[in-house]
Amino acid sequence: MRRAAAALVIVLGALGVLGPALVLAAAPVDEQTVHAIAAQLRCVVCQSLSVADSPSETAHQMRDIIRERLATGETPEQVTAYFVARYGDWILLAPPRRGFTLLVWVVPFVGLALGLVVVAVAVRRWSRVSAGRAAAAAPEVDAATRERIRREMAEGGP
Amino acid sequence: MSRLRWAIPLAVLPVIALLAYGFWTDPRGEVKSPLIGKPASPFTLSTFTGAPVSLDGLRGRVVLVNFWASWCIPACYEEAPVLQEVWRDYERHGLAMVGINVQDKDDEARKFMEQFKFTFPNAMDVGGKVAVNYGVYGVPETFLIDKKGRIRERKVGAVDAEALRGQVERLLAEPS
Repeated sequence: MRRAAAALVIVLGALGVLGPALVLAAAPVDEQTVHAIAAQLRCVVCQSLSVADSPSETAHQMRDIIRERLATGETPEQVTAYFVARYGDWILLAPPRRGFTLLVWVVPFVGLALGLVVVAVAVRRWSRVSAGRAAAAAPEVDAATRERIRREMAEGGP
Repeated sequence: MSRLRWAIPLAVLPVIALLAYGFWTDPRGEVKSPLIGKPASPFTLSTFTGAPVSLDGLRGRVVLVNFWASWCIPACYEEAPVLQEVWRDYERHGLAMVGINVQDKDDEARKFMEQFKFTFPNAMDVGGKVAVNYGVYGVPETFLIDKKGRIRERKVGAVDAEALRGQVERLLAEPS
């Protein structure tokens, strides 16, 4: 009886130790997810490189941290939020579409729209001016000349 | 038509001004840490002497946390004597100090500490988790944590002796 109890304790103990390891092994971290998160994050020691693209030691460590956090069950959004909480929005390669940085997304399109309006107005004005000039260049044919042309055409030419 | 001739260079000017501002601005120096005023992230590390050091163990004290590396030339070499002096002068007033060595080789880090005769605890941040927890961009970087455990100051680059002393004294004078 005592031996059975001891065996039970050993089995339960082993489960206690191996349990979390088995859970981790059952949910391997998807490397594509790690890459997708790393690609959004700015490598803090580089110029304009993402954590995914940088060969630096810091970027390597940051990729390990992403992997570890995903392994503990965090969602990609939670992992990204972890870095933003420490480095601010600066860590994101694409500025967030809210607040002041929303301007970065909106201004190019507003600029493009304004440019198109300016071009449309200019084209209309130029075409009106050239139409006016063409009209001015071609003077009205008076009634007498028109009568002469008709007569000459009826006669079969001079 | 003559108005249009001016419109094009005038439209280009703001773009050039924006680019000039972008290129002249230090991308790191200008960024304010979102951690200022927030509780400092706890850590437990093993120092080079083998003793454990943890932020929780220093609760209630003003803590200076300095991130450094032996390969960080010249900034870490410039500030090392200042740090040791500040430690020597303010330890008895209750200042706690932890040097956190990042991305370094053990023997080179030890040589650095010997060169500057560091007497405050220093530990290696294997894996870089503590550095990321503090939003560290590079070395050196220094944080001052108040008696309530909040990050109050952050300095990117070598510390300035006078400024650092002023900050330490101010935090030491605060009620706990």
